[in-house]
Amino acid sequence: MKLDTNLHHIETANDWKKVLEENENVMICCGRMGPMCIPVYGVMEELEEEYKHIKFADMPFDSPEATVIRNAPEANGFMGLPFTMYYKKGKVVKATSSIQNMDQVRSILDQHLPKSN
Amino acid sequence: MNSTNHFDVIVLGAGPAGLTAGIYLSRAKLSTLILNQGTVGGQLILTHEIANYPGVELTSGYKLASTMKKQALSFGATIKTVSQNPVIFDEGPVKIVKVGDTEYTANAIILTLGGSPRMLGVKGEIEFKGLGVSYCATCDGEFFSGKEIIVVGGGNSALEEAVSLSKYATKITIVHQFDNFQAFPAYVDEAMSNEKISFVMETEVVEFAGNERLEKVLLHNKKTGTREWLKTDGAFIFIGYQPNTETLKGVVSLNQNGEIIVNSDMETSVSGIFAAGDSIAKRYRQVTTAVGEATVAALASAAKVYEIKKELQLTN
Repeated sequence: MKLDTNLHHIETANDWKKVLEENENVMICCGRMGPMCIPVYGVMEELEEEYKHIKFADMPFDSPEATVIRNAPEANGFMGLPFTMYYKKGKVVKATSSIQNMDQVRSILDQHLPKSN
Repeated sequence: MNSTNHFDVIVLGAGPAGLTAGIYLSRAKLSTLILNQGTVGGQLILTHEIANYPGVELTSGYKLASTMKKQALSFGATIKTVSQNPVIFDEGPVKIVKVGDTEYTANAIILTLGGSPRMLGVKGEIEFKGLGVSYCATCDGEFFSGKEIIVVGGGNSALEEAVSLSKYATKITIVHQFDNFQAFPAYVDEAMSNEKISFVMETEVVEFAGNERLEKVLLHNKKTGTREWLKTDGAFIFIGYQPNTETLKGVVSLNQNGEIIVNSDMETSVSGIFAAGDSIAKRYRQVTTAVGEATVAALASAAKVYEIKKELQLTN
């Protein structure tokens, strides 16, 4: 199961673990190919070049393996796709539910996953 | 000013209209800058299946937009993503587009700013987005299985989606600001015959409230002036689209709906500023119409640029 985006695809819980282990700063958008999710993938693709210190990835919401995101305590109460998680050194530093625009994503990246000096 | 910031044409927006203009202009060897806010592809990327784009077999909006972007880049267009709103200054044959501290100049501008889903703009709406407030029944409907929800709106989308949400929710209240629906009669009939759906007319939602998730909405009855809280687990908002022309007020002529007024060359009230796509005043909004309008705008703006260049050569 894979999403039709140009982002790095996470398909299994093992992939997810590996990405978090190998990258200090990670943003994962867990969704479907729907109207609330696609704009977030698009924003991520646009920002990939600019935020090279962050690993941008997607994960299919309907994959059984996506429980690593769906059942995360930080996503408790979420009622809108996509679930977007921001990780620093493997820990969730921010999580959002539903569509986010470029300004909102930028603001989170700048605040929670800034470039190290 | 940095000379590398001068282009023959600047296109504002990178939906199908903006990308089409970029393809035509850059293929005609005109230096072209596409300034994009948000996602390249605009509303097009939200379309799951496109089956009626001539010459293209069944595809997704996302794929079609990706191909358009590749085409524009391959012909030499520059696409730059910006986070601040571009501000336009008209200096006759030279147009200035200021984005933050950066100034770009061009001999013509094409506005392809598109549209956005309309939000209610009331207290709590942003706070509870994804925590009970939603704009997509297909995306989020299943989170409301066995719950009571409201649907805000009275057009085709609102009534159609209310019926669709009845697969999940136990009770749906449609809240509409007028005493009649704008939706087609067939959608109204279907909603009215659905026993899970009830209606609150001439009423507006003025506030969303709750703790960790949405718990209630404050309703304002426009007829009686009374306000009361309604307990709800979710609110789906379908109140149409608006053109992204807020920053154009006082720059070009807009109609009462905020849409850009253009002539048959897709030129606005300002010479050298053209427009195409969902932000212009028109009846039908399709990918094909946006692409067609952008083609006209690109060709007309190219003619304008050649005219200005010729005049400058004669002057020198």
